[in-house]
Amino acid sequence: MCGIVGLHLRDPELHPCLGRLLTSMLAGVAERGPDSAGVAVYGDRRRCPEGYAAVSLLDAPPDLPVPGALVTEAGDTTVVAAPLPVEELLAAVTGARVVGAGTEVTIYKGTGRPLDLARTYDLADARGWQGLAHTRMATESQVTAEGCHPFSVGPDQCLVHNGSFANHASIRRELVAAGVAFDSENDSEVGARFVAARLAAGEDLDKALRALCERFDGFYTLLVTSADGFAVVRDAIACKPAVIAETPRWVAMASEFRALAELPGIDDARIWEPEPERVYAWQW
Amino acid sequence: MIDLARTPLRALNRELHAPAGDAYEVLNPRGAHAVAAGLCHAVAVEIRGHVGYYCAGMNQLARVTVHGNAGVGVAENMMSGLVRVRGDASQSAGATAHGGLLVVEGSASMRCGTSLKGADVVVGGDIGAMSAFMAQAGRIVACGDAAEALGDSIYEARVYVRGKVASLGADCVEKEVRDEHRAEVAALLAAAGFEHDPRDFRRYGSARRLYHFTRGNTY
Repeated sequence: MCGIVGLHLRDPELHPCLGRLLTSMLAGVAERGPDSAGVAVYGDRRRCPEGYAAVSLLDAPPDLPVPGALVTEAGDTTVVAAPLPVEELLAAVTGARVVGAGTEVTIYKGTGRPLDLARTYDLADARGWQGLAHTRMATESQVTAEGCHPFSVGPDQCLVHNGSFANHASIRRELVAAGVAFDSENDSEVGARFVAARLAAGEDLDKALRALCERFDGFYTLLVTSADGFAVVRDAIACKPAVIAETPRWVAMASEFRALAELPGIDDARIWEPEPERVYAWQW
Repeated sequence: MIDLARTPLRALNRELHAPAGDAYEVLNPRGAHAVAAGLCHAVAVEIRGHVGYYCAGMNQLARVTVHGNAGVGVAENMMSGLVRVRGDASQSAGATAHGGLLVVEGSASMRCGTSLKGADVVVGGDIGAMSAFMAQAGRIVACGDAAEALGDSIYEARVYVRGKVASLGADCVEKEVRDEHRAEVAALLAAAGFEHDPRDFRRYGSARRLYHFTRGNTY
């Protein structure tokens, strides 16, 4: 099954409320994925101050050689932020299991009940301008923190996936042949690597996701975010649910409406179900 | 009046299954699943807000109105009664419904009336792709457009569309509209409360080439 939620806040007045809003959204999809939950928060200066880069690590060794680092422990995840370029910070944590990196995004992964994990991540107090979360009911690979979404394989990029790709092994082989390295056996990581390769080649989210629709077979509702974008796409037969809502203050998507029900101004929001194989992208 | 912000959903459905009154108002559904599902008494239920999956599923006799949008499978397997959605309906609206009338005043998403077994579905706006898939009996009226693969593998349900049809599914064909069909559309529009001219609708149904076992149907 799995559940997805995502929220982009257009109104800076809402930025201090991001964590609280995202927690209520996560609660709305908790039943869809009781195995594990992952969260990404963009612009949380508690964890990644202005001018810093942050890396999110799983099972980080206790003595990381990063002088002056701001370190946050959150269950299986450790977020390390430092006033360094992203590449230098990544080089400094060589050997650790990196699950996200950038100047905006911090990522948290763990196994267990989603709302317990939200407390572990201190999600309710998070601030920022964009966030997304995924609750997982595993079908294609094990229930581990590594198997949690979002998959973040490019700077400040995230992909969350509800569904399963049928031809992921073929595309994985092509990407490996092209020099792409993988972290897990997860089918969704193949989607994330595919999109990251397209974005790195200069495509925008809309174009990259249209290419994904042409190349990937299977079931998917995807939410893909970056430092300057928020995009949703579903497979050709729209097998997995999705609903989008938009107001002048925010854009949100979720697997089900009940995850959106607590958002401010939802009664006046434009609410619709995304059509199959149509990319809905917001870029700024 | 029952406020789902304070009353558990199961308490609401227990009351509606053995009703003390004949009219109910439900507040704050907030996308909850199975609101007013399994009713079997002639009660009126007004739901103020958006509902989640399977609202008014298996309905018998009851008149359920959703003043908002409905999630997947509204009025699925309805046997009788009337279910009205004032907003839009998600996928599989009226799936496998045997009887009664489902009215969607907005649009219905994909798979509207899938495997319909005798109910009537009237949609004020558009119907999504793969609507009327394997529909066996009953009528579907779309006042707007129909998306791809309308009526794929359809049996004996009749489909009327006022707007454009993006494409027809396997074994679904456009058929002649005779006076009896115009009268049928007029009656359904009147029951649903829409004021379109029945002459603007085109009729679609089964070519009856697919559902007989013949030696021609080899793959």
